[in-house]
Amino acid sequence: MSELLELATRVIEQANGKEGIEAYVARGTDTELRIYDGAIESLSTATSAGIGVRVLIEGNEGAQVGFAWSGSLDHEAVDRALREARENAHFASPDPYVALAQLDGVAPSDLALTSATFDELTLDDKIAMTTELEAMTRGGDPRIRQVDSADFGDGIVESAIASTTGIRVSSQRSNAFLSVSALAGDGDETQTGSGFSVGRSAGELDLREASSQAIERSVRMLGAAKVPSMKTTVVFDPRVTSTILSVLGGALSGEAVVKGRSFFEGRLGERVANQDVNLVDDPTNPLAYGAAIFDGEGLACRRNVLINQGILEAFVYDTVAARRAGTSSTGSATRGGYGGTPGAGCRAIVLSPGEQGAAEILSGIERGLYVQSITGVHSGVSPVSGDFSVGAEGLMIRNGAFAEPVREVTVASTMQAMLLNLTAIGNDLTWLPGAACGQTLAIADFQLSGS
Amino acid sequence: MPVANGTLVGVSIAPELVAPDVIDRVLAEAVARGGEMAEVFCEDRTSRTAMFDDGRVEELASGQERGAGIRVILGETTGFAHTADLSEAGLLEAARAAAAVAKQGGGGTNVVGLEKRRAYSTNAVRLHDDVATSEKLELLAKANDAARSVGGSISQVQASYAEGRRRILVATTEGVNASDDQVRTRFNVICVATGDSGLQTGFESVARTEGFELFDTVNVDELGRIAATRALSKLQARPAPSGEVPVVLAGGSGGVLFHEACGHGLEADHIVKDSSVYCGQMGELVASPLVTLVDDGTVTGEWGAFSIDDEGRPAQRNVLIENGVLTDYMWDWLRARKEGRPSSGNGRRETYQHLPMVRMTNTFLLAGQEDPEEIVAQTPHGVYVAKLGGGQVNTATGDFVFGTTEAYLIEDGKITEPLRDANLIGNGPEVLRRIDAIADDFSMMPGTCGKDGQSVPVGCGQPTLRITGVTFGGTAA
Repeated sequence: MSELLELATRVIEQANGKEGIEAYVARGTDTELRIYDGAIESLSTATSAGIGVRVLIEGNEGAQVGFAWSGSLDHEAVDRALREARENAHFASPDPYVALAQLDGVAPSDLALTSATFDELTLDDKIAMTTELEAMTRGGDPRIRQVDSADFGDGIVESAIASTTGIRVSSQRSNAFLSVSALAGDGDETQTGSGFSVGRSAGELDLREASSQAIERSVRMLGAAKVPSMKTTVVFDPRVTSTILSVLGGALSGEAVVKGRSFFEGRLGERVANQDVNLVDDPTNPLAYGAAIFDGEGLACRRNVLINQGILEAFVYDTVAARRAGTSSTGSATRGGYGGTPGAGCRAIVLSPGEQGAAEILSGIERGLYVQSITGVHSGVSPVSGDFSVGAEGLMIRNGAFAEPVREVTVASTMQAMLLNLTAIGNDLTWLPGAACGQTLAIADFQLSGS
Repeated sequence: MPVANGTLVGVSIAPELVAPDVIDRVLAEAVARGGEMAEVFCEDRTSRTAMFDDGRVEELASGQERGAGIRVILGETTGFAHTADLSEAGLLEAARAAAAVAKQGGGGTNVVGLEKRRAYSTNAVRLHDDVATSEKLELLAKANDAARSVGGSISQVQASYAEGRRRILVATTEGVNASDDQVRTRFNVICVATGDSGLQTGFESVARTEGFELFDTVNVDELGRIAATRALSKLQARPAPSGEVPVVLAGGSGGVLFHEACGHGLEADHIVKDSSVYCGQMGELVASPLVTLVDDGTVTGEWGAFSIDDEGRPAQRNVLIENGVLTDYMWDWLRARKEGRPSSGNGRRETYQHLPMVRMTNTFLLAGQEDPEEIVAQTPHGVYVAKLGGGQVNTATGDFVFGTTEAYLIEDGKITEPLRDANLIGNGPEVLRRIDAIADDFSMMPGTCGKDGQSVPVGCGQPTLRITGVTFGGTAA
């Protein structure tokens, strides 16, 4: 048994007769490095750890739940978390749907989420790699005038969950990233572009890829201007698609649906998308950044088909939302570290690839806007109403090819309409950080707002 | 020294996070191998939240975190390590880890004797621990009932209460030795309304650097009704316009406009890297002459207020733009050192696990002369924004967005039909020049500002004002 699981188990063993207890324990070690102008701007190393405890008190009208967390694993802190969770439970309303996860017989996948070569590169290697990334980006094109940050980070996180309902799981994962942000232009104009590479160890990272993305994305925006407002087809870059699918995932959370906070409520079994749309959440895919063996309550993560040939088939659930909705958990509890309680959410959304690559999709579009980045997602996209309005920058598409760069415009539609108006789904699946895979998407009938 | 939000008590806050002699030894260790400056930042944070959702008290949560972040500076390089272990051994280990970047050696730096500790106490009147939990939960139920009473179309209500207390201690080899005790309280209501047109949401919140006495002046019933009414009105809303329109922003509708349009671009970390559109503009006209913009950490009780920043520097009031002319940027210790000037009290960090950087506090536009109603009456056609959501900016280009959560059409000088939510997009320097009317009303709004992965509480404020043209990102062609 891992040390963390032992600790979690010791906590739940203190349950008295009417109590249910769940303990989530996590510990992480991180290195973060920023290079600027050929030298180390900052270097940080640290270990952090904490525990989150849920206590349920069973009663005739249902269970009351309380939660407490602590950013330390010393005895005093752990005891305090258990004591406060107990106190907090007494104030919650009894709720017949509140329960801890029950083992459901689904076998965990055998994903290897920690790189065997995580320790292969030394700190000096990582410093050299990030310094090279910065230099390569600065020197990669005469139009790059500044690289305001070149970052490297890696870390290992272990976690364990134990509960009085028999959950005993632990897992470990490693991750590593490189990112760089470039400024192109002369004194009168600046355009920005970023590039990154992610993996499970420093050795897997591709600095050329990160650097060339940042250069290409900033340089091709030089000369960008607003265009007149128009109705148009929009083609989303894989990064943007990943962001949009993550928000869509919020509307597919069974918790949002059962509490009346999703535009998908009441639409199960109905056509919600173009028939080419097959959407799954599959954390068992080892390529996914959000891949996981266990969910936030310790159940095995599994593949869930959410939209099948355009028909809404299912939502993702944690235990409580599933009981509220009269179904069972889909192994989709997520939690924001030891300080958060479980909720239902997606980890690894994938839209099944179509036939065409990005170039083919572009070549079929007479006029449209290629969007390479969006802003204002949290203020302009609602998984409740489905309203969608974001700031966009990218390139006009004219006669199947990239034309002039565009900035300071918005594109707007609704998520409901976007799913029905999908005209092309790229085969260029791109695994990116976050809860969704990216690919090139073409969607008709956006309102572009400009001059 | 200005005393912002607490009282200078001159003695250490209790309980002492770390003993003074331990701090001395940790600082000495941190610079033993050649660092030029070292800093110990200790923090003890407690929080409690209560959530009322779907008609019941869903959950109470509480948490505690304490630890220290240690920073060692050598030339342009910062070494940083943090630990949850506040024992001398834990702190010394973190000090050595932070000092690893200074391994090229030097003679070692002398530690300047620490100043007498400047210890600030909170000015909270009712500390959260002195208030019964039942009293906190009653507020949630009241807000829920008030929101649901607004109409049958209100299909869901979530009310949440959050309290937090953050005790910090900062000591550096340059003699800084200060502590603060920051108490904050927040209350939010989010409603969903259901109608033939689908679902719409309405949000209202209040958040202040105060204790439970916040609710002596804030009526939570009113917050519930406002959030519910906001959701309801949008059920009948028509799609927002698309394209450039005149916009009147209501006083206190968010102030996020200035936070995004120029606030971030005036942060010195962007300036020293020449990655802000406001670089090299000092002394120049960067906004309409009507605009005077201030960042002020000393405004008692506001969400972004404190007595000392997270580098131990007392909060201060900084005029950034005066009558349209750029007068200063915002500075933390590191960037100010580079320019040979003092910090402006804008060095902040989310927790002890983060490095400080330049952040805003309470950023606001000073009131003007005009009557807010007159500004609307003199706008033949446009959009009236009653409440803004969040925003985002690219500091290098100046392009920014900000979202509406309550907006109306203005037709013939009158506020008419409600509009669905949308983002607006503009370019900071351009939009600031297009402000042609500023009213004599003023109010502040709380917000959470995210930068480089760190979130900190900030205040934003503004009077009613008009922008002659900004691009509205709706779907109505």
